[in-house]
Amino acid sequence: MASFTLRVNGEPRTVSVEPDTPLLYILRNDLELNGPKFGCGLAQCGACTVLVDGKPVRSCVAPVSTVAKGRITTIEGLGTVDRLHPLQRAFIAEQACQCGFCGNGMVMSAKALLDRTPRPNDRQIKQALNGHLCRCASHNRIVRAVQRAAEELRAAGRRGAGAPPAEASLSNKEMRS
Amino acid sequence: MSATSSGDVSRRAFLKASSGLVIGFALAPRLAIGQDRPAPLPGSLNANRMLDAWLRIDPNGTVTIFTGKIELGQGIGTALSQIAADELDVDLKRVEVVSGDTARTPNEGQTAGSLSVEHSGTALRFACAEARDILVSAAAVKLGAPAAELKVSDGAVSAPSGTGVTYWDLARDTDFKREATAKVKPKQPAEHRWVGKSIARRDIPKKFTGGAAYVQDVRLPNMVFGRVVRPPSPGAQLLSVDEAAIRRLPGVVAVVRDGSFLAVAAEREEQAIRAREALARSARWGETESLPPTGDALYRHMMSSTVPGETVVEKTSPVVAAPVKTLEALYTRPYQCHGSLGPSCAVAQWQDGKLAVWTHSQGVFPLRAELGKAFGIPPRDIRCIHAEGAGCYGHNGADDVALDAALLARATSGRPVKLQWMRDDEFMWEPYGSAMVMKLSGGIDAQGNIVTWSHELWSHPHSTRPGASAGVNLLAARHLAPALAPGLPADVPQPAGGAARNAIPLYDFPNVKVVKHYITDAPLRTSALRTLGGYANVFALESFVDELAAAAGADPVDFRLRHVKDPRARGVIEAAAQRAGWRPSARGDGTRGRGFAFARYKNLACYCAMAADVEVDRKTGRLSVTRVVAAVDAGQIVNPDGVINQIEGGIIQSTSWTLMESVRFDRTRVITRSWADYPIVRFTDVPEVEVVLLNQPAERFLGVGEGSQGPTAAAIANAIANATGKRLRALPFTAERVKQAMA
Repeated sequence: MASFTLRVNGEPRTVSVEPDTPLLYILRNDLELNGPKFGCGLAQCGACTVLVDGKPVRSCVAPVSTVAKGRITTIEGLGTVDRLHPLQRAFIAEQACQCGFCGNGMVMSAKALLDRTPRPNDRQIKQALNGHLCRCASHNRIVRAVQRAAEELRAAGRRGAGAPPAEASLSNKEMRS
Repeated sequence: MSATSSGDVSRRAFLKASSGLVIGFALAPRLAIGQDRPAPLPGSLNANRMLDAWLRIDPNGTVTIFTGKIELGQGIGTALSQIAADELDVDLKRVEVVSGDTARTPNEGQTAGSLSVEHSGTALRFACAEARDILVSAAAVKLGAPAAELKVSDGAVSAPSGTGVTYWDLARDTDFKREATAKVKPKQPAEHRWVGKSIARRDIPKKFTGGAAYVQDVRLPNMVFGRVVRPPSPGAQLLSVDEAAIRRLPGVVAVVRDGSFLAVAAEREEQAIRAREALARSARWGETESLPPTGDALYRHMMSSTVPGETVVEKTSPVVAAPVKTLEALYTRPYQCHGSLGPSCAVAQWQDGKLAVWTHSQGVFPLRAELGKAFGIPPRDIRCIHAEGAGCYGHNGADDVALDAALLARATSGRPVKLQWMRDDEFMWEPYGSAMVMKLSGGIDAQGNIVTWSHELWSHPHSTRPGASAGVNLLAARHLAPALAPGLPADVPQPAGGAARNAIPLYDFPNVKVVKHYITDAPLRTSALRTLGGYANVFALESFVDELAAAAGADPVDFRLRHVKDPRARGVIEAAAQRAGWRPSARGDGTRGRGFAFARYKNLACYCAMAADVEVDRKTGRLSVTRVVAAVDAGQIVNPDGVINQIEGGIIQSTSWTLMESVRFDRTRVITRSWADYPIVRFTDVPEVEVVLLNQPAERFLGVGEGSQGPTAAAIANAIANATGKRLRALPFTAERVKQAMA
C-alpha cells in the first residue's frame, strides 16, 4: 500500500492503495463518484473515461501511480443537475441516450474535443468519439448534442463570460411534438 | 430505491432503503378457489386489481404511481407518469414513480415484449381515471355541489361558486384500498395535456451528472466486492482449486466453492479482481467438446435435428391458380449477443435468513421466485429491488448475477456483496439470441401475385428466463453440487410466438404454411434477445418477398401493397416510401442501392416500414448503410420522442447485428470474450435515420421497443440486391461475405 494525494475535480483527495490500482476503482469506491463506469476493464469501450490534464484517459487501465500528479476531472467536475455544463445540458436537451451507461465517456471525450476544436464538423465529432461504444445506438443524438454544446460554448465565448445562460426547466420541458 | 423516481437517488436514500428490509406485501385480495372468476380488467389491472397497488396521493401534494415495469432506458417511467398525470389532472412534476420492487409494486412479470405501455400504461390509465372520480365525488360531498359541475386543475377541485378543495386535503380521508372496476372512462385524446408530447425523460439528468442511477452505484455500509470465476467452457467441471492460497491474498474475505461454482469476495474491488485471476490460474477443469459445429456446418447440424416440424399455421385456398414460377431460398442467422455495455451486476445481503437483492433484472417477481427455488426458502423471505443496469435488450446476465451475489453473500457474515461480472463473463455466459435457419419457398401466378408461401424454420429456445419453466433458470444453479437443472423451456405460443415470431406473413397470401423445428437441446444457452425469432424471421420473409417481386418483375413497394389489405400496414408502407422519395423499380448503380421492408412486430404491436440506402465497395466488400427512413404506426403515441428514440436505436442496433455480429466458438469453448472479438457499429458506421410517426390518437397503445429490428435487416439485404444484383442470405453481412458474393 502507498499513499497518493490526487487532485480530483479541483479537490485534493488522499487514498492509501496499491500503486497499480486502476484509477477507476479509486474514483468509484474510495471517492464514491458514480460518473466513470466499469464497462470492460480493457480500455475497449470508453465508459470509464476521465480527463487527466485535459486529455481523455481510460481510468479502468490507468494505474493510479501514473496519473497521481495530474489534474483529474470526472463528469461530476463539469457541472451538477442544478448547474449544468453546456455539454450536460446539450445531452439532456437532445435526450441523447437510452440506458446512458456510455454517456459519461461520451461527454468527457467531447469535452476534450471542444477544448481544442471549438467548431468541429460532424466528421470530427464522430472521429473523436469513435473509440466509444454505445449499444443502445444513440450515436446520431450524441453527435447533435456535441454540436449543440459547441454552439452554446461559442455563444458564451462571444459574450465574453464563462457563465452559462439561465437554466431552462428540464424536468418537464416540452421538446418537440 | 426506484430507478424511475424523478430525483437523484442519493446514497442516503440507498442507506435508508436498506436499513429496514420490508419484505412481503399483499397487493390483491386473495381469491378463493372455486369462487366465480372476477370480471376481466384492462392491462395489468387484471392481475393486480386493487387501486392502492397502483397509486397513492399524499397530503404533501405528491402523487406516487407504482408499476411492475422497470426502466431500461426506454423511458417507461416518463411515459407512465404522463398517462397518470393526464387522468388525474395533476401537473407532471407531482408524479413520483416507484417501480420493480417486490415489497412495493404490482407484479407485472417481465418488462419485455414491447408491452410496458400496453400493460402498465393501460392499467394506470384506468386506475387513475377511477381515482380521479373517487376524489371528485368526495369533493362534491365536501363542497355541496354536483360532481359533474366540478373542475380539476393540478389537483385543485373547484365548484362554479368559487369554493374549492384539493386532492391533498382529501387524501387523508380517501381510501384507495378497493378493487378497481375500470368503469370510469379515461379521457379523450383531445383532453390530454401530457400524453402525446415529447416530455423530457426523468431518468436522464442524473445519468449525465454522476447521479446514482444504476445498480452499480448502490453502496451499502460494510459492503464487500465480489467476482465469480466461471468454467472455461460450457461443458467444463471443476476438478481442483487451491482455495486456501487464495484466502491468504490481500483483502480476501471469502472464497466460495460449490461444485463448479467459484466466487470470491474482497474488501476492495481491485483485490477481488486479483483474487479472481489467481483463482482462475489455480483452478483445474475437465472440459468436453459440447458445442456444435461452426460456420455453415452449424446450420446443417440444426437442420439435421430429429425434432419434427410442428405446423404453426396452415392456410389453403383451393380456388387459386397454380404458380407459374416457384422459388426456394435458405436464410441463416448466427448466435448473437446482447452485449450490454456494462456487464451484469447485483448487490445481495442476507440478514436473519432473509435475502435482499438489488438487481437490474427485467422481472423482480420471477427472479424472486427463482431465487426462492435455488435457496429453498419462501419468496416472502426475499426482496428484489430493481435498479437500472446498462441497456439489456432482453435476457442477459442480470438474473444470473443476482444468484451469484446471493451465493457469495452467504459466506460474508451478513455483509452485503456487490458482485460485478467482468467483460468475459458477460460475453461467454450471457444467454445468446439463438442461431436460426429459415427455409422459404413460394410461387407466383401469371399475374405476378404470390399464390403459395411456405416458411420452415429451425431454432433453439428464445425464452429461458426465470419463471419461463420449471427448474431453476439461473446460470450458477447448474454449476452447484448437486446441480439444480433448468426446466425444459416451452416456446412462446402464438399469436406472439417465440421461435416463429413474425414467421406468419401479414400479407394476404392464399396458401400459407409455417413449420417450426423447436430444438430445446441447446448446447449454447439461448434466451430472449430483442424480438426473439422476429428479427431472423422478418429478415427471411421480407427478403423473400423481394426475391419474388424480382421474379414477378414488380416494384418492391407496389408488390407489397398489392398483397396487403390492412390499412395501417398500407399506411406505413406508403409513408415510408413517400418520405424516402422511393422511385418505383429504380435500379442501383452497381455500388449504391435502396431496399424496402415492412413488418408489424409480433403481428400484434407497432407497424413499421422502412427504406434503407447502402453503398457497397465491391473490391473490399465493405458495406455502408448510409440512410434509413422509417414510418411507424404505434396507435396512440404517449411520448413521440420516446418512440423515435426506440425506433432509431433499433434501426442502428439492428444494422450492427446485420453487418457485424456473430458469437465465435469452437467445439469446446466460446471464443468471443471481449469487444475485440465482437465488433459492433461505431460512430463512423452509423446511418442517418429519419422516423415518421403516424399518430393514431383514437387507437390503443401498440408497443414500439422492438418494432424496427427485423425490417432493418431485410431492408439492408434488399438494398444490397438492388445495388449489386447479389442476394445475401447469411447473416451477418461481413466484408468477407460481401466480397465473396460480389466475386
